[in-house]
Amino acid sequence: MADHDDGINRRHALECMIWAGTGVLWTVSGGVPKSLNLLGDAQAAEQSATGLTFLQISDSHVGFDKAANPNALATLQEAIDKVGAMPQRPAFMIHTGDITHLSRAAEFDNADQVIGKAKLDVHYVPGEHDVIDEDGGKAYLDRYGKNAKGAGWYSFDQAGVHFIGLVNVLDLKAGGLGNLGEEQLKWLEDDVRGKSASTPIVVFAHVPLWLVYEKWGWGTDDGARALALLKRFGSVTVLNGHIHQIVQKVEGNMTFHTARSTAFPQPEPGTAPSPGPKVVPADQLRTMLGLSTVTIASGQRPLAIVDSTLA
Amino acid sequence: MNMTLSRRSFSALVFALPLLGTARAEEEAAHIMIDNFVFTPAELKVKTGTKVTWKNDDDIPHTILAKGGAFRSKPLDTGDEFSYVFAKAGKVDYFCTLHPHMVGSVIVTD
Repeated sequence: MADHDDGINRRHALECMIWAGTGVLWTVSGGVPKSLNLLGDAQAAEQSATGLTFLQISDSHVGFDKAANPNALATLQEAIDKVGAMPQRPAFMIHTGDITHLSRAAEFDNADQVIGKAKLDVHYVPGEHDVIDEDGGKAYLDRYGKNAKGAGWYSFDQAGVHFIGLVNVLDLKAGGLGNLGEEQLKWLEDDVRGKSASTPIVVFAHVPLWLVYEKWGWGTDDGARALALLKRFGSVTVLNGHIHQIVQKVEGNMTFHTARSTAFPQPEPGTAPSPGPKVVPADQLRTMLGLSTVTIASGQRPLAIVDSTLA
Repeated sequence: MNMTLSRRSFSALVFALPLLGTARAEEEAAHIMIDNFVFTPAELKVKTGTKVTWKNDDDIPHTILAKGGAFRSKPLDTGDEFSYVFAKAGKVDYFCTLHPHMVGSVIVTD
């Protein structure tokens, strides 16, 4: 969490200037991911020097142009600009969905062009806004699904960590929440079968896999079944987007974290009549947008997440 | 006297015709607003043959899908509308495929 209001001194201010807009830094240590103050901790720098660091970006909503942010492409550009200014180049980026606002080809094109400037490999999962083309997700799959199964789920290994990208925005049921479905759950079961319980797991999907706020649909109907399949692992980090704000919790060996949007904020659960875009004064918008940096120290299980803003 | 009466009747008829026409058109059209992630009214009662129009007033797109698949809208961006004529009596439940906690129904009677 970018929770650095504990007395900002000049050193802090300079660090914030460097890191502004780069997001959440995760450092996993002792199996329980700890969130660190924004580079306020020497440990963060030390761990990022030795371990794997990657970025999480989310909810860029390219094409959105309403009052909450008239130019979502520009704020995405600002976020990507900050990536280039990071002291250590991340290994790759994950995008946890809602790349576009309306699944239009031009929106995907614009997003690709801006995100491509980071010159990083990007691992995507779709948000519900990315699968509303006529063919219900073909536009997304054609671009990002080449190595994926089903509606776009996949896994890969890097630096001893097993990464799993899931899709929970398709075939949603009336009155329900996010949905993974039987085919994907079966695949997940097969995917992690035989893996050592000491393998660190990072699982990411658009809609939170845990129930954040049912009334606004902020959860996944069969998310608990996916988490049950991962329960035996010593370190599981669950990264989501969709709710355009940071919410985190730790439950046993599982750490849950949602990232900010690069486009517009949404209200905190229950604080508004609906989860629609939150309109804030223009000079405050960038304090509510951002991305996340995740660091996994080599030789240890712990993982650190640092969220930072575009301000 | 008769003449006056018939003239009045005639006038009344002339004025009533377009009014009747309007009344009839209103009977056959109904509207559902989408605002703050809610369909209003959540339950709409109409006669068979009524054209129902949904309009999205949110800054977020929504869709309308009938359970059972009788109709499906394109994504409705802010200000967009979708209409469907209910030809058969019965209850049709629908929801937004982007935000499935948004549900509504249309009850159609002859």
